[in-house]
Amino acid sequence: MKKGVWVIAEQRDGNLQKVSLELLGKAREIADKLDGEVVAVLLGYEVDKLTDTLIHHGADRVILIDNIHLKHYTTDAYTKAICELANERKPEIIFIGATYIGRDLGPRVAARLKTGLTADCTGLDVDDETKNLLMTRPAFGGNIMATIECPNHRPQMSTVRPGVFSVPCADYERRGEVERFNVDIKEEDIKVKIEEIVKSMKEKIDITEADIIVAGGRGVGNKEGFTLLKELADTLGGIVAGSRAAVDSGWIEKDRQVGQTGKTVRPKLYIACGISGAIQHLAGMQESEYIVAINKDSDAPIMAVADLAIVGDLYKVVPELIKEIKAYRQSCEVM
Amino acid sequence: MDFSLTREQQLAKEMFEKFVENEVRPIASEIDETERFPIETVKKMGKLGMMGIPFEREVGGAGGDFITYIMAVEELAKACATTSVILSAHTSLCCWPIYTFGTDEQKAKYLPKLLKGEYLGAFALTEPNAGTDAASQQTTARLEGDYYILNGSKVFITNGGYADVFIVFAMTDRSKGTKGISAFIVEKGFEGFSIGKIEEKMGIRASSTAELIFKDCKVPKENLLGKEGMGFKIAMATLDGGRIGIAAQALGIAEGALNEAIKYMKERKQFGKPIATFQGLQFYIAEMATKVEAARNLVYKAAWKKQTGQNYSMDASMAKLYASETAMEVTTKAVQIFGGYGYTKDYPVERMMRDAKITEIYEGTSEVQKMVISANILK
Amino acid sequence: MNILVFIKQVPDTNEVRIDPKTGTLIREGVPSIINPDDKNAIEEALRIKEEVGAKVTVVTMGPPQAEKALREALAMGVDEAVLLTDRAFAGADTWATSLVLAKAAEKLGYDLIFAGRQAIDGDTAQVGPEIAEHLNLPQVTYVEKVEVLDGEVRVRRALEDGYETLRVKLPCLLTCIKELNNPRYMNIYDIFTCYSKEIKVMGLSDLGLQKEEVGLIGSPTKVKKSFTKGPKAQGEKFDLPPHEAANIITEKLKGMHLI
Repeated sequence: MKKGVWVIAEQRDGNLQKVSLELLGKAREIADKLDGEVVAVLLGYEVDKLTDTLIHHGADRVILIDNIHLKHYTTDAYTKAICELANERKPEIIFIGATYIGRDLGPRVAARLKTGLTADCTGLDVDDETKNLLMTRPAFGGNIMATIECPNHRPQMSTVRPGVFSVPCADYERRGEVERFNVDIKEEDIKVKIEEIVKSMKEKIDITEADIIVAGGRGVGNKEGFTLLKELADTLGGIVAGSRAAVDSGWIEKDRQVGQTGKTVRPKLYIACGISGAIQHLAGMQESEYIVAINKDSDAPIMAVADLAIVGDLYKVVPELIKEIKAYRQSCEVM
Repeated sequence: MDFSLTREQQLAKEMFEKFVENEVRPIASEIDETERFPIETVKKMGKLGMMGIPFEREVGGAGGDFITYIMAVEELAKACATTSVILSAHTSLCCWPIYTFGTDEQKAKYLPKLLKGEYLGAFALTEPNAGTDAASQQTTARLEGDYYILNGSKVFITNGGYADVFIVFAMTDRSKGTKGISAFIVEKGFEGFSIGKIEEKMGIRASSTAELIFKDCKVPKENLLGKEGMGFKIAMATLDGGRIGIAAQALGIAEGALNEAIKYMKERKQFGKPIATFQGLQFYIAEMATKVEAARNLVYKAAWKKQTGQNYSMDASMAKLYASETAMEVTTKAVQIFGGYGYTKDYPVERMMRDAKITEIYEGTSEVQKMVISANILK
Repeated sequence: MNILVFIKQVPDTNEVRIDPKTGTLIREGVPSIINPDDKNAIEEALRIKEEVGAKVTVVTMGPPQAEKALREALAMGVDEAVLLTDRAFAGADTWATSLVLAKAAEKLGYDLIFAGRQAIDGDTAQVGPEIAEHLNLPQVTYVEKVEVLDGEVRVRRALEDGYETLRVKLPCLLTCIKELNNPRYMNIYDIFTCYSKEIKVMGLSDLGLQKEEVGLIGSPTKVKKSFTKGPKAQGEKFDLPPHEAANIITEKLKGMHLI
């Protein structure tokens, strides 16, 4: 029997989560190295319409567990279903997306299967000799990378955060098998009662919590310029902030001020547009992981601090940047 | 000689550091600017037992020790001299005299609420004509039936506008000179007691520094603290301990300024280099740090002597004298190191310099401290 | 009510720095703290204690110096503290760790178990759910609100784009996130009594476990190697037409998985 490289495909309200497709791409790579089979395991209620997408993105087989008790995620029902299936089919590898649900499900399944789980992997590969899965992940708040193995237990399990791998391009001609697997789930099996599910937007923006910040300074020149910066921020999934000069000029609110008299931020990405980089501003952002500066003045202090300094007019560079990012995203669309 | 902190003191220090970072530092600049008394911080400190640290649980205190209390004053002052003096005046100048000289009834009535921070305390000795010449009390108190009637005014009273309990000194028998001064526990709501002007100051601007007005103020006779005529002795003994608190406040101010200067020197570049590489400034830092270390040793030696029941009066004066002068010097030098930016409100050092000055003046001016020290030596 | 709170002593990774020249971790002088999510767990247990009455016991698996974290928890107001320590426990992955903690829970007894969602050094968020599996308990993770009812709890569980309200019978296990509450500071009252409280110490035999089940030997996952990302590279500067500049930025962002 071919080695099973499984992806637990996550769907919510009948919508496939993008991370599951990202994982299919990776599963394909790994399966090819192991001469294995990519299997998407799909749980839900009346979700068979999603099986095609899974096959188009790389699954050789979809195992569909369709049951009314799987309509909404519960730890107990999903763990029971996956473990019964896994104990029968004995996969080599199981990947789960590290969403809020995946991080609840993954460890429960791993513990029930008495195997190891490696969370938030950013790299997945196969060892040439042992053919074991090599799982690379950050630790110590991201300051260290570790490569983990699960040599003596099966399945080998990993969770991967959304956005770490890219969605593979869909091949609409691709064919695969779909099989249904029945699990007997009773209401008493589910120990948690769902009273309500509420969709809501997170309320207050705290710039100190943002992973990506697009900040504007005196060089932006006016309030309207910040609309352009907001467009860039929205495209990147980040938020807008400003230097003291921008706040004092009334172009952006005080609670978005970065600097000595504002807030100190340490995002993954800080894009400084039209900011000169006076010492009071640097004090608030110099510990950012990656700093991009766009400024007409090649000698502005911020250019020496930036990891990537772009000499140019932000009103020309930022629109181009927005265009490029959108184009890149579109190049592999999700159904 | 073991200079290390006990395990409990170590945990307390960690707590103070976190508390100051999260609750005190973020509002220090704003309350200075708006002269807003940080009553919410007082409530938070009360919940954590910080308003009654050196008093045992049996009387309603937090069961800590004196050194831990002094550490609290120091840590607070690193970020905010105002919050620090609120604690110091409350604990040393109001809670301590009631604890030391009060009757069981007085202690039971006032200490539990004071030590939990539900009541705030203050100490009212200074008058318009009685500063360094504290014995020149013009506020009078005469016994009439079940009450002492107080008349007069006090000035520059720390915590004045927000305190619930005041230790007030008044002349009960002018013919006896200093032995005719008595101490009273006065509550905010007593008939005939009102708060007058709140001073607008150079520094510790959010500290409520008030004028107190007594116009036929009725104080129940059971609120006489100690005996009639004991007032001056109570005042001087109280100030002895309070001096260690102010010394700790001055120490904290100096440390806060020094830390800011060190951080800035590493970041600020001139002539293509961080200014921390310039030997002239390196020498300033060496001098400032040495003085701060000396001040720290004087403060904690005095605190240790008080805690272990030894005579600490001269040590307290030396600590207060030296730490306050150090605070003034270090904050001034810190502003100098910051240059132009240090003179603006963008950075906290200008506030620290304004805050430092009062430590050379209140709870006994530097001149008074020298009198105390020399009297101790030359007696 | 008997509440157990599992905590971990971790290095303060917010203070950990990479040496810019060598690219290696600077560990000296990095203080040890109670894992932040675990503080939320302690706070919730104490809040419930104040509201409906409970005995709160804090438990940690670690080397002897983990005692400091337990003293800090006592100084926050918890009633009892237990240290699970044994040479054999060292090198444990989440499976081996959760096994030890679950066995301790069995020995100590509980009505409700709290844990932090994840530790800032391991960052796995696995131990809580694995303990629940070992004990065959219902679990709710990402808890941002807890209401104690009769024999059960109503909890709000965070999702990326909203939340769920769930009801779970006791006993159960809840993992806490920072949105749940504001952990209290240690207080002077408890700081000055915490060292006079006895910490219960349990080792391998006290828990009825074998050497092979725990620690490095009992861990299904093994670390093959660990490495830092390398010293921070020098900044690059480009003076190019807008289109090319945008291209360079996009490539960099792609490489960093930010888009």
